[in-house]
Amino acid sequence: MDHFPTNWGRPNYDSFDTHATYPLHNRGQNQAAAGGVQHTQQPIVTGTSVLAIKFKDGIMMAADNLASYGSLARFKGVQRLHAVGDYTVVGASGDMSDFQYLQHILDGLVISEETTAQDGHALGPAEIHEYLSQVMYSRRSKMNPLWNSLLVGGVKDGDRFLAYVDLLGVTYSASTLATGYGSYIAQPLLRKAVEGREETLTEAEARTILEDALRVLFYRDARSINQYQIATITANGAEISSSLKLETSWGFAEGIRGYGAQTQ
Amino acid sequence: MFRNTYDSDNTVFSPQGRLHQVEYALEAVKQGSAAVGLRSKTHAILLALKRSTGELASYQQKMIRIDDHVGIAIAGLTSDARVLSNFMRQQAMASKMIFNRPVPVNRLVSTIADKAQVNTQEYGRRPYGVGFLVVGLDHTGPHLYEFSPSGTSFEYFAVSIGARSQSAKTYLEKHFESFADCTLEELIRHGLHALRETLQQDKELTPANTSIGIVGPRGAHEADSVPVEFRILEGTPIEVYLSTMQPKDVPAPAAAAAAAPATGGDEDVQMTE
Repeated sequence: MDHFPTNWGRPNYDSFDTHATYPLHNRGQNQAAAGGVQHTQQPIVTGTSVLAIKFKDGIMMAADNLASYGSLARFKGVQRLHAVGDYTVVGASGDMSDFQYLQHILDGLVISEETTAQDGHALGPAEIHEYLSQVMYSRRSKMNPLWNSLLVGGVKDGDRFLAYVDLLGVTYSASTLATGYGSYIAQPLLRKAVEGREETLTEAEARTILEDALRVLFYRDARSINQYQIATITANGAEISSSLKLETSWGFAEGIRGYGAQTQ
Repeated sequence: MFRNTYDSDNTVFSPQGRLHQVEYALEAVKQGSAAVGLRSKTHAILLALKRSTGELASYQQKMIRIDDHVGIAIAGLTSDARVLSNFMRQQAMASKMIFNRPVPVNRLVSTIADKAQVNTQEYGRRPYGVGFLVVGLDHTGPHLYEFSPSGTSFEYFAVSIGARSQSAKTYLEKHFESFADCTLEELIRHGLHALRETLQQDKELTPANTSIGIVGPRGAHEADSVPVEFRILEGTPIEVYLSTMQPKDVPAPAAAAAAAPATGGDEDVQMTE
């Protein structure tokens, strides 16, 4: 029996803590004791690479429209780029349910911080990135990560911002960034095309650079499709395009024995 | 009278629709020594009169730095001021930690106003017995706010709180239209004149009993300090500002000291311009 009067009539934890061994101030806060918690061990429905570059007028970000279920190309109409406030776009690879949770959190943040106050203090990409970094690192420290690699890009008060944050809480910033397979295959292409030219690249040139990198990724990444979206953020705000299709050419396969039309 | 029956509980209105406990809390603010705040297009400053219990004692601290870009002057119960200013510091730190940005000053003031309001509506709690003048600089420019234990906050061009603050308000009302374009030195001069109005008969402003808080670009007399951080000036560094004050018997003009003819001491305030 619990002899402590303030606990009478309150939720009791006798099923796992029969002798009230947890001190008062954190009785009932120990979720593990209260019936178990689940920690993310592996991502289930996943998105592949996100690419982003700085150009003359702002930031451009690209991601395909696929959410895979292991090796199955399960959902083909998924938007992996999300606009937050008026100045920022967040692109995600990794677990899509964790990304949907983050989208929900970010939308709520814009409402509570900006829409209710309406006092001229808006959240820009730097603030969004800092907030996400704190959330991601805090989840990793509880051994329950949000299994994503995120790119945060935007333009506010004339300043272009582009940074990365992932499930470990690691952050970095550069004028070209990529997640997943993109960080191995696309990053060298992006760097070659962009580095040194961040102040002169036009929007059309930036689009071509991203499309070419996406095309290479479609050829090489077995968990990608050739349907994608591009987000462009400039001083005029954030704009996410509708779905576009990559033109590819597989003609080279014809000549390879076992891949092309059967020849003797 | 009726006032006494309805004034012991925070949660009891008087028949006139007043909360006497809150009004008594405002009295505590009026008992504190004066603090003056004013702002221009570039700076926001605070000036405060420090009290000491006697010649052997030190002077009571009247200004507290909340963050690089926010500072306050207090009037009232110093212990309540410590608790509330600590809370403000935590809010300022949280903004930097979570969003990597200095807390917007208006939101910081709204937060303590909301916190103080709780104490005017919950049974068993007493209102805070301290009022603040808050100055801060964010990307929307310099700002000055008054916070009061009733849970209200207002933004001002110029304001004063504490003992005999009405005299300072009279000076400020007379001259506030010229504040926007003042240099830092001119603004401080106005503030010192306003603060002097609150002094008792034989007292004067000295480096020991005056405190100046500034937020905004470095002034002409500030060599080493970082440009826009909130800084508190006390002691020897303020002698140069005290020396720019008009002697008390001569009417204080609004802008640069033109040779205004003395009016023979009949009026102690001259309506210039």
